[in-house]
Amino acid sequence: MSALLPLSASLAFLGGVDPWIFGFSAITVVVTIWMGFRSAKTSKTASDFFVAGRSVSVGWNASAISGEYLSAASFMGIAGMVMSSGYDALWYPVCYACGYLFLLLFIAGPLRRFGAYTIPDFAEGRFDSPLFRKIAVCFVLFIGFFYTMPQMKGAGTTLAYIFPGIPYWAGVAIVGAVITLNVALGGMKGITLVQAFQYWMKMFAISVPVFVLMAVYGGYGAHVGANRTAAESLAEPAAIVQTIDTPRATLPATAPSDVSWVSPFGPLTTKAAKAAGLSAEETKPYSLLYTYSLIIALVCGTAGLPHILVRFYTNPDGVAAKRTTMWVMILIGVFYVFPPVFGVLGRNLLPELYAATGAKGTDKIVLELPRIINERYGIWGSVLSGIACAGAFAAFMSTFSGLLVSMTGALAHDVYGRILKPHATAEERMRMFKIAAVVIGAMSVVLGSQVEQLQINFMVGQAFAIAAASYFPLLFMSVWWRGMTMKGAATGMLGGGLAALACTTVINLSDLKIIDLGVFWRTNPLIRILCEQPAIWTVPLAIVLMIVVSKATRTTVPGDVRMKMLVLHAPEKLGLKQEYIQEHSAGAGH
Amino acid sequence: MPLPTPPHDDVVHSEAFLRTLMRRQLQLSIACAAAFMIVLFGLPIANYLAPELMATRVFGFTLSWLVLGVLFFPAVWVISWFFIRRSISLEEQEVKSVANVRKE
Repeated sequence: MSALLPLSASLAFLGGVDPWIFGFSAITVVVTIWMGFRSAKTSKTASDFFVAGRSVSVGWNASAISGEYLSAASFMGIAGMVMSSGYDALWYPVCYACGYLFLLLFIAGPLRRFGAYTIPDFAEGRFDSPLFRKIAVCFVLFIGFFYTMPQMKGAGTTLAYIFPGIPYWAGVAIVGAVITLNVALGGMKGITLVQAFQYWMKMFAISVPVFVLMAVYGGYGAHVGANRTAAESLAEPAAIVQTIDTPRATLPATAPSDVSWVSPFGPLTTKAAKAAGLSAEETKPYSLLYTYSLIIALVCGTAGLPHILVRFYTNPDGVAAKRTTMWVMILIGVFYVFPPVFGVLGRNLLPELYAATGAKGTDKIVLELPRIINERYGIWGSVLSGIACAGAFAAFMSTFSGLLVSMTGALAHDVYGRILKPHATAEERMRMFKIAAVVIGAMSVVLGSQVEQLQINFMVGQAFAIAAASYFPLLFMSVWWRGMTMKGAATGMLGGGLAALACTTVINLSDLKIIDLGVFWRTNPLIRILCEQPAIWTVPLAIVLMIVVSKATRTTVPGDVRMKMLVLHAPEKLGLKQEYIQEHSAGAGH
Repeated sequence: MPLPTPPHDDVVHSEAFLRTLMRRQLQLSIACAAAFMIVLFGLPIANYLAPELMATRVFGFTLSWLVLGVLFFPAVWVISWFFIRRSISLEEQEVKSVANVRKE
């Protein structure tokens, strides 16, 4: 220990870098890369690369899905948003976790029984249409890129925190390059092991600092209690309802007031209506609308995320797919209790973050907050902050790897293997997988470096809104409605998905001040809300389009739809899948 | 182990079988989804219509915060546990009933 101290002191002197924080993060990165390389040796066939040979056990698969799902938004973004917006931001963790229920109830089992590598495979198989595959592939890429941007913001924020000297974009570029290399070498089999490890890493990294912080500075409830509700501030303007050990520092002017922070319909959901100059009572209906639209986007979006859905094919059968979903819900549900605690404690203990923006703002609360323990217990705060940083690395590395695999899979397997060069050899496909990984990794870095000013969680919400309006209606309707035709499915998915994509793009461009719509938003708060959270109208739009167009093109319902439905819904033990494949290959010979 | 390919006039391929199969599974899914959605969509309405009640303090939390931030998760686990148990037993019943008809 004594030998380490001078060394660490000199390192800290060199770059203003905290050696403990740096050490823990470096270990996470090295272990991740090492695991990727190690499994690269064992993954040989194309099937290994795409769905891990379909033989992953329930426990491993559930940890891996959870590991992949808990992204920078879950690890850093939720805490940041709870701190900046209060109660309304709690809808994010709840819906991130509960969206899985919809997946379980309506989609998980049937989808696994149908058996295909990717969602575009499902789209083609269900409607016998190669054209539809191309449309579905486009959405894998759209949603993927929207989802990578916040991961990159997480990466840039974390590196800027660990190395105070380096600019945001450099952090994005370094992390992007490391993960791209890892994916290009290991494929998905490597990822399953790494993802499962990373779930437990993240769980440890979020819960341990929370318990220590609560032990030192007072519990979750006490810190929520330090914020007075409307009734309480009327009754006793001066008194503090619950006392916490440390008196709160004065909140900066940019922080929301106690009442609006702790009560529903706070700054997050009322921003548009407030900007239009409406009174508190008038903004409430707008706020309710915003909340519902957000819930729909997150719940339906979870059920339609392509990089999560592809994992269901690694289950051995439909029953295992259901069991896996159950375990995923428990694993992520437990996790999601913790991030809001950081936001709540952060409001009372580290309010100065309210005053900063970009990579220095509330999005880094999870990393920064444990360090305040240094004031009382020496270096332990830095150790905990190092653990939190390691968790953040695990978060954006695992999610970005998963996204990269699914987007690369879409390019290599669907665009190259099915469309450009259908007779490519396995070797050519493997090479293409690697090239595609590098291309997509580079594009993600470029996009990610542009979004420093947007909140992580907000951007993830947008990816969910697009998935909710495209894949969710497609999967839900094709699994449960026999009358669906290819044209109906494609129109609905394109209509809903593109509408959501257009809305979110306009909102981002205007929030990044690339186009100026400030005056328009102020005069039309309703339109602003419907653009910012489009799910409330785009999801029904997609479903209505699907029904109307399918009815109009009734004659083109696939001829063997009854057989397809049987494969989707009948238990595997009846052996229908085998029969379906035989029949299909016989049909192709005619 | 997959069973040997059944003939096409088998009970499994009848319209009636598929209809019952889908209806029973969908009914189960919808029942569970409804239970979930009552809570999910009910909470914003409760916040809207009864703000004072939802602001009641429970262990320092407001009631609304406690429900959304903590209690929601176990509630969803219960629903999904119930669903999985029922859905697996439904599948077993279906396999059994097909086997019985084939024997006859």
